Amino acid sequence: MEDTKHHTEPECEMEAKDNSRRNFIKQSTLLTAIALTPGTAVKAAGMHIDEKIAEAFEKMPLKMEVNGVAHNLSVEPRATLLDILREQLDLTGTKKGCDHGQCGACTVHVDGHRVNSCLTLGVMISGKKITTIEGLAKGDELHPMQEAFLKHDGFQCGYCTPGQIMSAVSCIREGHANSEMEIREYMSGNICRCGAYPNIVNAIQEVKEGGQPV
Amino acid sequence: MKETTTLKKSAQTDGLSRVDGRLKVTGAARYSAEFNIKGLTYGVLVGSTIAKGSIKSLDTKQAERAPGVLTVITHLNSPKVPGYQDGKPTGNGVFKIFYDNKIYFSGQPVALVVADSFERALFGASQVKAQYNQDNHQTNLRANVNTAKAPHGDGTYKRGTEDAWKTAPVKVEQEYIIPSDIHNPMELHAIIAQWDGDDKLTVWDKTQGVQDARDEIAQIFKLKKENVQVNSKFVGGAFGSALRTWPHEVAAIIAAKALNRPVKVVLSRADMFTSVGYRPHTWQKIGIGATADGKLVGITHEAIGQTSTYENFTEGTVGVSQSLYACPNVNTSYKLVALDVGVPTWMRGPGEATGAFALESALDELSYQLNIDPIELRMRNYAQTEPQGGKPFSSKYLDEAYKMGAEHIGWNDRSPKPGTVNENGWLVGYGMGGGMFGAYRDGATVKAIMMADGNLILQTAVSDIGPGTGTAMVSIASEMMGIPAEKIRFDMGESSLPQAPTQGGSSITASVGSAVYAVCKDLKEKFQQLIGNGGTDKPDYAQVLKQHNLAKLQVTSSAQGGDERKKYAMFSWSVHFVRVKVHPATGVIKIDKVACVADSGHIVSPKTARSQIIGGAIGGIGMALMEEVVFDHRYGRIVNNNFADYHVPVNADIPQIDALFVNKPDPYINPMGAKGMGEIALIGMASAVANAVYNATGKRVRDLPITPDKLITMDVELS
Repeated sequence: MEDTKHHTEPECEMEAKDNSRRNFIKQSTLLTAIALTPGTAVKAAGMHIDEKIAEAFEKMPLKMEVNGVAHNLSVEPRATLLDILREQLDLTGTKKGCDHGQCGACTVHVDGHRVNSCLTLGVMISGKKITTIEGLAKGDELHPMQEAFLKHDGFQCGYCTPGQIMSAVSCIREGHANSEMEIREYMSGNICRCGAYPNIVNAIQEVKEGGQPV
Repeated sequence: MKETTTLKKSAQTDGLSRVDGRLKVTGAARYSAEFNIKGLTYGVLVGSTIAKGSIKSLDTKQAERAPGVLTVITHLNSPKVPGYQDGKPTGNGVFKIFYDNKIYFSGQPVALVVADSFERALFGASQVKAQYNQDNHQTNLRANVNTAKAPHGDGTYKRGTEDAWKTAPVKVEQEYIIPSDIHNPMELHAIIAQWDGDDKLTVWDKTQGVQDARDEIAQIFKLKKENVQVNSKFVGGAFGSALRTWPHEVAAIIAAKALNRPVKVVLSRADMFTSVGYRPHTWQKIGIGATADGKLVGITHEAIGQTSTYENFTEGTVGVSQSLYACPNVNTSYKLVALDVGVPTWMRGPGEATGAFALESALDELSYQLNIDPIELRMRNYAQTEPQGGKPFSSKYLDEAYKMGAEHIGWNDRSPKPGTVNENGWLVGYGMGGGMFGAYRDGATVKAIMMADGNLILQTAVSDIGPGTGTAMVSIASEMMGIPAEKIRFDMGESSLPQAPTQGGSSITASVGSAVYAVCKDLKEKFQQLIGNGGTDKPDYAQVLKQHNLAKLQVTSSAQGGDERKKYAMFSWSVHFVRVKVHPATGVIKIDKVACVADSGHIVSPKTARSQIIGGAIGGIGMALMEEVVFDHRYGRIVNNNFADYHVPVNADIPQIDALFVNKPDPYINPMGAKGMGEIALIGMASAVANAVYNATGKRVRDLPITPDKLITMDVELS
């Protein structure tokens, strides 16, 4: 772990909010927290008494490692990993294409496995290691899959590309790249509307056949 | 199962890789929603749940009280939009968002909830309560064809004798139907709007034309053009959906003004089905007749497409029947039915893709009746000059394209008798279909700056939705200047750069490419002036600058077409060949092999051109086999507004695709001899698939998409 980033929001007193959140958790058993939190928050919000209190109750701490950097965040339980990456960490390489787990543009690796980050709530991945497209290359040296996508022109507009590449790396790691047909099957969770599929398959086959570690 | 691998043959990796490729594969390319601007707020739209009527009441109190919500904008409180104040309601090409209480289609935005986070805006949007006065709506084209009206004049075209096909000894008359198809680029339409005072505006906006968007926005908000900056450096696909400025873009600009903070609005995937256009559901009827030896006698082509009640959208659906074949008698008619739906817009191969499905299917049907090979039938009616006015073509090598495609697909293996070839329990068939699209050229201006280190910078305001405009332009400049591509930077996607047209109609390589060509030529001349007589044509630019003690040398040049268009008819052509396998018991269709041939002049950038053809073919496969907007007409609402229910091709649906080019320059269209290929990549593909399915099964499907349920009643012998 190289670095730890503590995130604070501008014009907000994060410390106070974090404390109230922590105190609230401390003073409650898990069961009473489940019973009380939604009602309390909704009531505070509904009465419009003190939005900051409501916000404090609505947020939870989240520790995760993204591309080798540890982050301590405070997130709403309803915030998806996708939106946390894009809106809070400014890691916009991970794309939003549908928000419903139907297109694969948001594919990232969680502890080495591909997941749709739009179907993953941030609070579900506490303590886990995330790799996004921004973390795939080693500095200026591209990952072999990135090189192969360039060589085989595995994209046009480039919007689905980060998800395709993250999926493609997993496709090989999972042992699902043993034939053209198998690659097509295991890459079918990633839609490319520009229609680069044959080029994507060719890129993956080359990396697989090249035998480089992915 | 034995797998046919054509990888080694198909994988072509020669040619310049995308100049912006590294940014795209590393996630560094930023699209419109991805600019982290200080004080950014998030807007979420609330859509109407009725298709026609008016808003009775809007309760926004709960939404306004929700944590983090900053404002809720509706027609009741929207700041006045200067361009809307002509006293007229929505209509005539302008959809006036938040203007009055009228509802024109289901999903029409009735409120924009803006909050300090996306989650809070989304929750706030769920708290807006609207009540409506509902009117009877009409969303069903088939049920309303009796209301069809010609958009201009009587909407007809005629040469020779009307309905002459009826007098021919061999004839076909059939109806062909396409549903509405949605562009569905992977990037959701998005905008960030930021005001600087009352009269200056910057937007990061998904658009195919930054300068057209600038002009439209300046008009709507009555701003000086130079005070509106539109940025769209990376566009995540569009296929036509970003050719115009849509209401959600205006909504974000309104909200940014009301809040005096930057506002980001990203459409949901469901919004993409209602708010940014589509290829319109169209009914067509073709009557076509020929002599016994296959000479066309006449074609009658009627089309009725859907549009909205507040704006007419027209496209050239029947044009293909007027120009594709040498046929003495042709008459066409084109009408629209206005429905309570969002307005359609141009989608890849607009009009022609729809028309070519009908015409090329009908020609295939005729070929079976005549017992003449479909390619031979086309060759017997090959247009040597433009059939409408008799002008010579600037270039046409479609005959060569037929030969190349037929050879690659193995056309000789095709059985002329449908439903007769069975391979391991699968019926096998071959089909072909082609199309054409006008080869256009607009004016464009490019600035070229040769830097002291010998690096060249080119600047123009074009956008790139994916075909690889930057790559093609760098290829042209590299060849012209004699310097490697790595030393050339192409700046684009900002409205303040020199004039360039909107990326549409397959015209960018011809238009902007010509300006790149011109500016390189002019820059070289400037160097020649420095060097004096006898200098080399491609000198060491850095050295020349150093010798003359110059930090840089720059020139701005424009290019536009001359009167060649008056003399010649200019088109790009394509032909697609498909081999399909159909499972007789389940109706499952597998695309087994595809060969597409483009006659689009000189190929400037081979690697990206190949991808463009493959991509268009895959779009055509989607159109043929799976894409279809489904309405529940009881509610006037689309029911399959997501990628689970609206099917597009995925990797498993697509084999290797051979993209072939005649690659002969057009001598007249522009200095490179390049014609467009974005549209022709798709036009004709759906008919090639449908024709192959018929050849495999003997079942002719004339209403797209060709889903398995339409085939399982196949009356073919199973062996």
